[in-house]
Amino acid sequence: MTDPAASSFSTPEALKRLKRRRAADVRFRYYGLGAIFLALSALVLLVLSIGSQAVSAATYHVVRYDITLDPAVITPPGETTPEDIARNVDGFWELARDNLLETFPEANRDRASRIEVSEFITRLAVLPTARKVAARPEMVGNPITLTAPLNDDLDLYLKGQALPERRLRTGTITAVTAQEDGFALLEGQGAFTPILTALTTLQAEGVSMDEGSILITAGGATGRLHGIQAGTARLELLTGTLDAFRNSTAAARLIALPEAQRVVSDQQIAWTFALKEMGRISRVPRWTLLTNSDSTYPELAGGLAALVGSLFTMLVTALVAIPIGILAAVYLEEFAPKNRLTDFIEVNINNLAAVPSIVFGLLGAAVYINFLGMPRSAPLVGGLVLALMTFPVVIIASRAALKAVPPSVRSGALAIGASQMQTVFHHVVPLAAPGILTGAILGMARALGETAPLLLIGMVAFVGDVPTSPTDESTVMPVLIFTWANNAERAWEPMTSAMIVVLLAVLLLMNGLVVFLRRKYERRW
Amino acid sequence: MDSDHTPQAAGSVLAPAADAPPAAAPRIDCRDIKVFYGATQAIHGVSMSFPDRAVTALIGPSGCGKSTFLRCLNRMNDTIENCRVEGQILMDGQDINDHSIDPVLLRSRVGMVFQKPNPFPKSIYDNIAYGPRIHGIATSREDLDAIVEKSLRRAGLWEEVKDRLQAPGTSLSGGQQQRLCIARAIAVRPEVILMDEPCSALDPVATARIEELIDELRKRYCIVIVTHSMQQAARVSQRTAFFHLGNLVEMGETEQIFTNPREKRTEDYITGRFG
Repeated sequence: MTDPAASSFSTPEALKRLKRRRAADVRFRYYGLGAIFLALSALVLLVLSIGSQAVSAATYHVVRYDITLDPAVITPPGETTPEDIARNVDGFWELARDNLLETFPEANRDRASRIEVSEFITRLAVLPTARKVAARPEMVGNPITLTAPLNDDLDLYLKGQALPERRLRTGTITAVTAQEDGFALLEGQGAFTPILTALTTLQAEGVSMDEGSILITAGGATGRLHGIQAGTARLELLTGTLDAFRNSTAAARLIALPEAQRVVSDQQIAWTFALKEMGRISRVPRWTLLTNSDSTYPELAGGLAALVGSLFTMLVTALVAIPIGILAAVYLEEFAPKNRLTDFIEVNINNLAAVPSIVFGLLGAAVYINFLGMPRSAPLVGGLVLALMTFPVVIIASRAALKAVPPSVRSGALAIGASQMQTVFHHVVPLAAPGILTGAILGMARALGETAPLLLIGMVAFVGDVPTSPTDESTVMPVLIFTWANNAERAWEPMTSAMIVVLLAVLLLMNGLVVFLRRKYERRW
Repeated sequence: MDSDHTPQAAGSVLAPAADAPPAAAPRIDCRDIKVFYGATQAIHGVSMSFPDRAVTALIGPSGCGKSTFLRCLNRMNDTIENCRVEGQILMDGQDINDHSIDPVLLRSRVGMVFQKPNPFPKSIYDNIAYGPRIHGIATSREDLDAIVEKSLRRAGLWEEVKDRLQAPGTSLSGGQQQRLCIARAIAVRPEVILMDEPCSALDPVATARIEELIDELRKRYCIVIVTHSMQQAARVSQRTAFFHLGNLVEMGETEQIFTNPREKRTEDYITGRFG
């Protein structure tokens, strides 16, 4: 212990302490990394799960119908004006259905089949075509191509999401013989061995095929198989010709779910494949998700009305919350005396920001609708309710931004004789503007994603028309997502995800705007 | 505004009198000033006067109230919550704390330069032009250009920035920024300039430039400077006041204070025994 400086660096105790301190540093770094990893993986999981669902809703199948606009159907006597044509959805729909009946003569054999074939297209799906013809009545009597979305269940089936099925190929079928009972005998050396193998595997997996269907398709023809043996099977032809199976290897589908429990029948599946073989079914981007309004049919539903509703709502919110918020913040921060009253106000503004949003919905229903008599379900009321929720956020963010402006700027301006108002509005507010803007836009983004308070003021109603003013009945995107998610049909699930993606895209856009504006302002030194 | 005190008039008339003993008529006369922050009293009845066209330095240890006192002279203490000023401050015979006096107008006659250079985050031109604009001193663009040039020349900054008047004021060096702040104060044609430790954030070279500038400005303005550096007080001021614990201990000719102080406390402070 001659040199105290050297010894204090190298004593075992000091080294031990140092080691512990370093270990603490390292540990903390790993905690941080772990936290970031968890947050990121949650985000990735969210994006993946929503994105994978949404991708399937981004496209859909449409069916082409080449029909002639029969004046007797489209413009019956007494209903010849363009308005009548636009309203005559049934006429267009009948033409499309008749076109299918012509394509599949077997569909005409009984009522059940006719209903099955008519399910391919919903009546409202022909509305755009009806409107198009109404705009150009000279088209009546001429052939046109009508394109309409395929029934959502069949669409989902084609995307492989409706039914679990096992696909495989048969061996070569060498002989096809029609039999008296309507069935046909298919023969081929070992042609059906793959199916038998698959059946054994399914049985081993505990899947019963007793009531399921085995469909085979060759060209445009599809049939159901019975009595399968390695070299022979009996075919119940559903659509197409028996000739299609001769000397071919057919595509087989093993569907375990009994037909009675499915939304799509074997017959419909057969027709769908036939239409596909004819090139009449194609998969196209679903722009209607953004250009259509809500519908009870998933294949027709879109978010335009909700998007416009959200836009109106945000407009009202922005016009109310941002000016009030900024003025209140400027007053409290720059002009108000600091006393008990302003302390009390400050505490209560913070409390207001923490109030659950549904409470604001109750308030809106009680005050705006019942007391002030504003219209229900209107973006005006929704916007006002969301403004109540947003302006404390704007006040808090704006005050923080104003507080961050260095006092030297204030004293500099005051010292050359600027009045307090000039000081605030010429110097302080411009410097705080990026922060104020950030707060305002983030508050708006939060309001855009808000659902609960809007449910209470009736914005959850089904709205088929695009609102044209803030007082029209309307809904907003998050509420539309809520509504869709509650629908029973399977097809709504990907639609919901797709709508979530649209909402997230809008939110990302708003956040991007925040970053952009901040950068832009900060560049002004 | 008194036209006798517009800088151009002052320059020609008073150039010979610049080095005359600073016994001229007092520009500002303070009588029994007391300042309270809430319940604590920061200044205990200070009376002193500031002569025109001379530099008065306020020295004293930290927390002795010299900055507080300085800020009374342009009512900057008004902006501080809980701050109360008692006593009379007469400027041209008028009490500046009178209700009839608007602090905004007062501050255009009593300019102030702060410890840390605080140019506005605007262009050099706008930094100078802001004051004349809000006071309506310049009506045309040409007038404004002339004021900006003259103010920058007075502050000795013109040659350095004349080619980049649109550059941000914050892009200048610390010393240049402080001269910009002085130019900004000059631009509204004040009669008095208060400086609150104007060189404490600057390096010695920039400090020397500011001191030269103060010596130059002395010919036209009544200058009051708070400083921690006794050398600086000795270099730039004609009169010096020593504050301690909220009291004015001693005031007199700078030379007399530094060579032959009357009070023991003053002597202890300037010889570095405390503070």
